[in-house]
Amino acid sequence: MSEDGADKGRRNFLIGANLVVGSVGVVGWAVPFVASFNPSAKALAAGAPIKVDVSKLGPGGILGPIPAWRDKPIFIVKRSDTMLGKLNSQNTRLADPGSEREQQPEYAKNDTRSIRPDILVLVGLCTHLSCSPKFRPALKPETFDPEWLGGFYCPCHGSKFDLAGRVYAGVPAPSNMEVPPHYFESDSVIVIGEDEGTA
Amino acid sequence: MIAAFKNFMDWIDARLPVTETYEKHMSKYYAPKNFNFWYYFGVLGFIVLVNQLMTGIWLTMSYNPTGEGAFASVEYIMRDVEFGWLLRYMHSTGASAFFVVVYLHMFRGLLYGSYQKPRELIWIFGMLIYVALMAEGFFGYLLPWGNMSFWGAQVIVSLAGAIPFVGEDLAVWIRGDFNMSGVTLNRFFALHVVLVPLVLLVLVVLHVLALHEVGSNNPDGVDIKKNVDEDGKPLDAIPFHPYYTIGHDLPAIVVFLFIFCAVMFFYPDGGGYLIEHPNYEPADPLKTPDLIAPVWYYTPFYSMLRAATFPLFGLDAKFWGLVVMAGAIAIPFVLPWLDKSPVRSIRYKGTPSKVFLTLFVISFFILGYLGTVHPTPIKTMIAQICTAIYYAYFLLMPWYTSVEATKPVPERLTMP
Repeated sequence: MSEDGADKGRRNFLIGANLVVGSVGVVGWAVPFVASFNPSAKALAAGAPIKVDVSKLGPGGILGPIPAWRDKPIFIVKRSDTMLGKLNSQNTRLADPGSEREQQPEYAKNDTRSIRPDILVLVGLCTHLSCSPKFRPALKPETFDPEWLGGFYCPCHGSKFDLAGRVYAGVPAPSNMEVPPHYFESDSVIVIGEDEGTA
Repeated sequence: MIAAFKNFMDWIDARLPVTETYEKHMSKYYAPKNFNFWYYFGVLGFIVLVNQLMTGIWLTMSYNPTGEGAFASVEYIMRDVEFGWLLRYMHSTGASAFFVVVYLHMFRGLLYGSYQKPRELIWIFGMLIYVALMAEGFFGYLLPWGNMSFWGAQVIVSLAGAIPFVGEDLAVWIRGDFNMSGVTLNRFFALHVVLVPLVLLVLVVLHVLALHEVGSNNPDGVDIKKNVDEDGKPLDAIPFHPYYTIGHDLPAIVVFLFIFCAVMFFYPDGGGYLIEHPNYEPADPLKTPDLIAPVWYYTPFYSMLRAATFPLFGLDAKFWGLVVMAGAIAIPFVLPWLDKSPVRSIRYKGTPSKVFLTLFVISFFILGYLGTVHPTPIKTMIAQICTAIYYAYFLLMPWYTSVEATKPVPERLTMP
């Protein structure tokens, strides 16, 4: 008891107890506000895998951008023999020619970043700030690159990717374009959004 | 009649300090008598704020915040709602006007050292208003759900993805989806029309209360409270009302509204700078516009974002772009503690201060221009130089303001 009649010990106990219980309450109160910002069940369901028929895709052609897995645009490119022949001839200019960074499933970590050498499946978003890069397949000098071997050029900030979606060094994009999980259901049908055998 | 009014006010004042508040903030708020052109923009900001609130509330009455309906509802406002086109143009022109007056208002602060002691809090509240305004503009720009709305927001939300480790999850959390979608639009709508405006209003009240506590600065940076008459009223001051309200601000508001109307009626899209042309197409997640440029008031910072092109310390260039941009917005917050000068106003500061301020303004304009065009190696290099100057203005300020020779500050205000 202090001289003015207030019990300081009791007051401090009350303050302390209220602080502890109150903090727990505030954290609990914040949960619905933070959690409701997460993708809803509906948005998650919309992220289901899709099937794409590639039988009509000719060499050097592209299917896409198609709205696909998780609403992201998907590129499917069929590379011609000329394209494949030159694909690894400028690897020194690439930032990650060996695909060391995890931007692809294990089965696409190879020279062509694909399951079948000719068919490339990519998420059609620049790894810089998610613009959709333009497909520039011709192996000819371009304004942005005199030694262009075909690939993708992002108009937003000038990032360049080769025909395997590998990023050139010295551009804003930090990593290779993402290869989504996918597998061949048959010779002409690709399932995009999951690995083989997981369904 | 007059007696009845006096009785009524006495009754009110005994219950709510209306007369006292009016005197404190209007008729007995003593402001330095040498305010010039640069002192118009605070009150103009207030006018634009009222315009944005009113037109914004009316726009929500006809707007549909869904991915399916947003674009069409804006067209509906433009074509079918009576005077809807005018409400929308008042709002879209008002957004740009807001940034024009806020930038000029902030420049006034730099010019006359209005952030210096004892006005640090005014400056900080002002910076918070500026940041809230940028957020408000960003959320609002998504709402028409045009193609530039979509891709502009896509780029800025993806910035969150540049934060190491948590970035990608954070971007998904902000969007509420794996890519930009109607879900994102819906939450941005809530933030744009409810949360951020509430925050803005509170900040504006704090900004003005803090100002009226310490009193206004002036173009000379002289402390007018040092010379007071026997009643304690500063000799070099005049009551805010009626001298500044009617004699200074009202004519300025009229001139401002003339210019505002000229833009709104004759150049509502400002040649593609106020409303960008790709925004006349609906949002298309599969089609990136050829050039993604933010609206003009963000372009200086967008240039700085793009100016970071090389990785450092094992972190991506993309992350450093975010750091450079966020830093450029954060540094001005500590400006009151960077300025070591014994004088406030640029009139009495030394040559280095004048040179740095000039270079700073020029860089800011160049960065603003570069943010609207395609990057090329040369332009990126210019942006890097200008970014360095922008930072140098702030980071070198403790040095150049303490070594430079200043001119003596007069005891009383100088009148033009």
